Amino acid sequence: MTDLDAAWADRWLRECARVLAVHREELIDLDRAIGDGDHGENMDRGFQAVVDKLDDGPSESVAAALKVAAMMLMSKVGGAAGPLYGTAFLRASAAVGERESLDGPAVEAMLAAARDGIVARGKADPGDKTMVDAWSPAVVAAGRAADGEAAFAAAATAAEEGALATKPLVARKGRASYLGERSAGHLDPGAVSTSYILRAAVTAAVSEISAGGRP
Amino acid sequence: MSPVGLVVVSHSARLAEGVVELAAQMAGSVPLVAAGGTDDGGLGTSFEKIMRGIDEADQGRGVVIMADLGSAVMTAESVLEFLEDDRRARVLLADAALVEGTVAAAVAAESGAEVDAVVRAAEEAFPGATPEEAPEVGEPTSSAVVTLPNRAGLHARPAAILAGRLSQFDAEITINGADAQSVMALMALNARKGAQLVVEASGPDADEAVRLVREQVEHGFGEPA
Repeated sequence: MTDLDAAWADRWLRECARVLAVHREELIDLDRAIGDGDHGENMDRGFQAVVDKLDDGPSESVAAALKVAAMMLMSKVGGAAGPLYGTAFLRASAAVGERESLDGPAVEAMLAAARDGIVARGKADPGDKTMVDAWSPAVVAAGRAADGEAAFAAAATAAEEGALATKPLVARKGRASYLGERSAGHLDPGAVSTSYILRAAVTAAVSEISAGGRP
Repeated sequence: MSPVGLVVVSHSARLAEGVVELAAQMAGSVPLVAAGGTDDGGLGTSFEKIMRGIDEADQGRGVVIMADLGSAVMTAESVLEFLEDDRRARVLLADAALVEGTVAAAVAAESGAEVDAVVRAAEEAFPGATPEEAPEVGEPTSSAVVTLPNRAGLHARPAAILAGRLSQFDAEITINGADAQSVMALMALNARKGAQLVVEASGPDADEAVRLVREQVEHGFGEPA
């Protein structure tokens, strides 16, 4: 089992940047269908800024890494995703506190804090066709896992299912809500980017093992 | 002590600057900071610009943030979450119309109001709303009838001067039946040069309040006749 420590947190954020760059066009297309089309570009730019900041040196703690992400996402993403993801990472950082590494309950608490921050900021409920529809099942799934890595794996899978389940929904929050019934039949871009971000946490945990890991 | 400051947050840099320009005309000593657009000058809101704006606008008595649409409000809320506790206690986000609210807030700040009263002034200023109900003057203990001598009449700047100064008095005061402590109500009178103003007041400071209106009007607010 991989320690979900500061080095992992840095790898997670770098993996987010890589994955969101890869999926940039896909997120732009999803957002263009029901929003203003800037989500892919914004997320790519935001996480690239996170990586630039991480290049200054390794983070001292999980909380410090998450706070850097919060700060950079809020500053650089623009649009609603900036304050939403920024708040998520900020609350996650506070929930992690001084822990050196995360076990299952810590991951659940962290994801719950992130979800609560998004709900507080965006005022969306489950079923409104927003990123909350990925975060909410992720929190529930994380609560059923024994260790931190398993918690993230369960959370990522639940977020992916939650994102797919946004397709038939009619948007009730955000720009897409102006489209009414026409928003049905498309995935919510924020829910999709959430699933990429949570999957990246798992990849970052696994990648240490494949890279040799620790004894 | 320096007045409460204002940070105007908009998706558009030009819109934020324009609102600041408008408010500054009526509230010359209030620290007003425009925080519009993204860091690279595009449409959107910038966490850093808002953070810097609060630093600049906070002269010790606090800051009121005015924001335009959806994500501007969210970004402003996020900034509040980042502030140190002691500063967060004196930085408030108004739930108000950007233009009307900023003007009303600036006038309140100019008159020396504390941060919570400045927010209230912003939130009570609605676009298109009928001006606040005039106060119950009852039997006026002091009154005057004056004629507007200045070319521009009772426009925004004089309305701000009158409402700002009058709000410091303990008095119920109306001008032509409108609340004279409300800049919006005064502007809504649409009183032009030559218009007669009936000033009526009651309460402990009634005499002083009426005298102030008389002086200001007779001097034409220092404006050209």
